[in-house]
Amino acid sequence: MRTIEAAAISEAVAKLSMDANYFLTDDIYQAIVNAEQNEESPLAKEILTTLSENACIARDEHMPICQDTGMAVVFMEIGQDVHIVGGDLKQAVDAGVAKGYIEGYLRKSVVDDPLFERKNTKDNTPAVLHLDIVPGDKIKIVLAPKGFGSENMSALKMCKPSDGVEGVKKFVVDTVRNAGPNPCPPIVVGIGIGGTVEKATFLAKKALIRPISTRNSDPKYAQLEQELLTMVNATGVGPQGLGGRHTALAVNIEHYPTHIAGMPVAININCHATRHAEIVL
Amino acid sequence: MTDVIRITTPLDEAAARSLKAGDSVRITGTIFTARDAAHKRMVEALERGENLPVDLHDQIIYYVGPSPAKPGQVIGAAGPTTSGRMDRYAPRLMEEGLRGMIGKGLRSSEVVDAMKKYGAVYFAAIGGAAAVIARTIKKYEVLAYDDLGAEALAKLTVEDFPAIVVIDSQGRDFYDEGRKKFSRE
Repeated sequence: MRTIEAAAISEAVAKLSMDANYFLTDDIYQAIVNAEQNEESPLAKEILTTLSENACIARDEHMPICQDTGMAVVFMEIGQDVHIVGGDLKQAVDAGVAKGYIEGYLRKSVVDDPLFERKNTKDNTPAVLHLDIVPGDKIKIVLAPKGFGSENMSALKMCKPSDGVEGVKKFVVDTVRNAGPNPCPPIVVGIGIGGTVEKATFLAKKALIRPISTRNSDPKYAQLEQELLTMVNATGVGPQGLGGRHTALAVNIEHYPTHIAGMPVAININCHATRHAEIVL
Repeated sequence: MTDVIRITTPLDEAAARSLKAGDSVRITGTIFTARDAAHKRMVEALERGENLPVDLHDQIIYYVGPSPAKPGQVIGAAGPTTSGRMDRYAPRLMEEGLRGMIGKGLRSSEVVDAMKKYGAVYFAAIGGAAAVIARTIKKYEVLAYDDLGAEALAKLTVEDFPAIVVIDSQGRDFYDEGRKKFSRE
């Protein structure tokens, strides 16, 4: 049994909050540069150039890539041979988010009650925390700040099994086309297929933290990812929705067994600033 | 580079009506910031028969909630937020003389109708180019609704602030035109 201090978790989460908001990951940055080189629309090309410049300024000056520094979504995989000491785990995560967002000059965008008061919590807590117990004696933390320009364009459909692959394709392409400029294209499309209603939406979110240079390990789903990317880019929505060849940088699908009577499909969209940072303790 | 049109604020009706969907512009002068919470307060003030905290005649509102400035900075990251959340309030402000709106994303038909009626323009700034845009902001001064934090009503002094006319005062929509031009569906 290995022990890990709650304070070490707070420190890690604080650093991840800042790193994720300042440093665009290499896979996304490279995809923006590649899109810029291949884009046909002169205006879209200029926009993509500005986005790569923006990522460089953010990196060099430790400035947020986007002013919407998001709600902190935290995925933790806790090894079953780890004993967390010195504090409550959830409080430790929130303490880390508060520290990172305050000390990192990140925007506090969380309100305490979603419907009535909507009062800002002033430290961007609470995080949305997803816990998983895995073999081993380590803790892996992935922090993904989620902006709501793109989050608001998410969709869920309880498809019929008979809708099949064509039904999934239509749902995805319609969702991206209807979102148009709102989620700040070029986007990353996260899709969760299968499970139950909450499992599908969780998988869609999880799909967004997979590097976009990596395809689904199942060749059938990997091919569907490629086909969907081509279809989404054929909509013409383009960078910032102003027309062009690059509406999405990638489509990532995660799947899970489901019930004989159903086929849940969830779509979670991320903007070009698809941010996440991770650490293993 | 596509051709760039330089404009200064205040922007009168004739200048606004001369701008066409698809034009790239650089804005210099004073612009105001407000998001949904500040819009709600402004429209509620008008409904009570009160004056607005600022005279919006021939002015431009930028839909932005900046991140906090670090010591020595004018403003933190400052890209546009999604404009659709302001649709419910924007026509009332155009009635008060508001000439331009800067944001990103789709607008309702009510907003477009009001733009045609009053001669207003909707500009898009590049969503997520928040660090680049911040460099064109030279001064940030909160004018009202300080309690809203990042959502306060503020005055920005900008130099060559980059934007694109997406919906002009004739109601032409460059989002629609741009997508159709590149669609292969």
